[in-house]
Amino acid sequence: MSPEIYTLGHDALLIRFAREASETATACVQVMLRLIDEADLPHVTEIAPALASVMLRFQGGTNVRSLLHQHLSDLIGKTDWSTVGAPTAKRRWIIPVCFDGDAAPHLAEVAQIAGKSEAAIIHDLENADVRVLALGFAPGQPYIGLLPQEWDMPRTSTLTAEVPAGALVTAVRQLVLFANPSPTGWRQIGMSAFKPFAPETDTPILLRAGDAMQFSRASADDIARLQASGDPKGGAICQSL
Amino acid sequence: MSVPIIEIIRATVGLSIQDMGRTGTTAIGLSQGGAMDKIALIEAAALLGKSHPSPAIEFMGVGGSLRVLCDMTVALTGGEMRAKIGDRRLQWNATHTLNSGDIIELSAPKSGVYGYVTPHAELATPRVFDSRSSHVSAGVGHWLQSGEIINGTPAPLARSMKIRAIDRLGGGTVRYLAGPQTDLFSDADLDRFHATQFRASHIANRRGVKVDFDGAPFTPQNAHSIVSDIIVTGDIQMTGDGEPYVLMSECQTMGGYPRIGTVIPADLPLLAQAKAGTPIRFEQITLGQADTIMADPISAATLSTRLSTLVRDPAEISDLVSYQLISGAITGYED
Repeated sequence: MSPEIYTLGHDALLIRFAREASETATACVQVMLRLIDEADLPHVTEIAPALASVMLRFQGGTNVRSLLHQHLSDLIGKTDWSTVGAPTAKRRWIIPVCFDGDAAPHLAEVAQIAGKSEAAIIHDLENADVRVLALGFAPGQPYIGLLPQEWDMPRTSTLTAEVPAGALVTAVRQLVLFANPSPTGWRQIGMSAFKPFAPETDTPILLRAGDAMQFSRASADDIARLQASGDPKGGAICQSL
Repeated sequence: MSVPIIEIIRATVGLSIQDMGRTGTTAIGLSQGGAMDKIALIEAAALLGKSHPSPAIEFMGVGGSLRVLCDMTVALTGGEMRAKIGDRRLQWNATHTLNSGDIIELSAPKSGVYGYVTPHAELATPRVFDSRSSHVSAGVGHWLQSGEIINGTPAPLARSMKIRAIDRLGGGTVRYLAGPQTDLFSDADLDRFHATQFRASHIANRRGVKVDFDGAPFTPQNAHSIVSDIIVTGDIQMTGDGEPYVLMSECQTMGGYPRIGTVIPADLPLLAQAKAGTPIRFEQITLGQADTIMADPISAATLSTRLSTLVRDPAEISDLVSYQLISGAITGYED
């Protein structure tokens, strides 16, 4: 990995580790996020991670940009990016998910593409060591990954007209938990009662990039009951690590 | 104290409350949002004598009607709509003091796309992440509906003013900065991109504005496997077909399509207001040039030189006698 710094618009810098997704790139992103956070850089108005890059937005003009560029170069220079592993997660979410029947309309197809049995696919999901890589597309919506290499499958060639809010979908070794009903080219393999974005609550966004994620198997009835309870967490537990 | 101040009599598609949008929410997946034409909100602030823009009702390409539920001054800015109260026509790019119960009827914009009614009274709709802007595609706020009542805090009446609006309704050249993915495009394609006369497409909404052109698509090189990356408002995105879209207020925060660069905020209103067929060109500028432009941003204060007192043309008053009878003595401050 040789991170490079780019300008993005007039008021942001982007540190890019790679142009393609990989475990190393996502690990570098998480390390860089932590370095930036600890450095408490001046004039920064927001920091946002993507799968292989980190954006830093600032308030100010030419001088502020130069100053931050220098700070970032220094931070990058202090780390040997070739040996970076993902930092330890600070907390872990355990989210109930149903993998059966209507909750997982594409499970058989995913199993076939991955060359595994459906039971093995569910076993992978229950035992996956995955992280929230980034929140994006819609508020609070997590990109989760990376799954084992067999899960490297392209999106569907035609869009699924709509998956419901709470749907767990997969493509390219990643999972997304949909915040809103949405058309998608990702395949639905589970259903949760988790709402990544609850604008009416004190904590509208529950997840943070870097959070560890685990899925506990639930029945369709469990999910229906959790949805009916109105709790945006949908039965999820958050453990401090 | 918050009281009912506006009733939506006739809502059409895309009527919403918008302010200057949000900062600092990219990491949670919520883009900047806010008014499509932020200059219109700054002009309204200048007209109303405010230092900072306040929330407005945004009309998206179509008209509607509103009833004011208290005496109030409103500013009309942005895409030029025909505005009237009964037979009385209200000048655009101006403030008008309305009486409680008046119904303003607004036509679809005759030039531009996004028209704004900004009440001097402060709207009291819920703030989400420090903004009252609806961002419907993200589940924040909603489209205004016929019959809906908007609460707010009444404000003193303001003097009727007009403003020489910043010219932005007829298209032109938008300036952009190169970015992290500009190198995915060949020099030849970039040269052609700058030389091409584009036209605003009819495919345009709060998420983005497509531009049409004649000629071969602008196809990036080696872009099929690039990882989804951060998107910012103003990004010029090429779809898989090589068709350019400029991403606007309600863009997604992350995406995998390659982007040529980022249009500077000062030029986004020009794109927002470009009706289908309006000519558009793109010019790449340097960071130094962008910094110079952004060092002197448009503000209510800088627009003050464009203000003047609104003097009504008697020809605009359909029935001068009845107008005087209804309104009593004309002081010169009112409309």
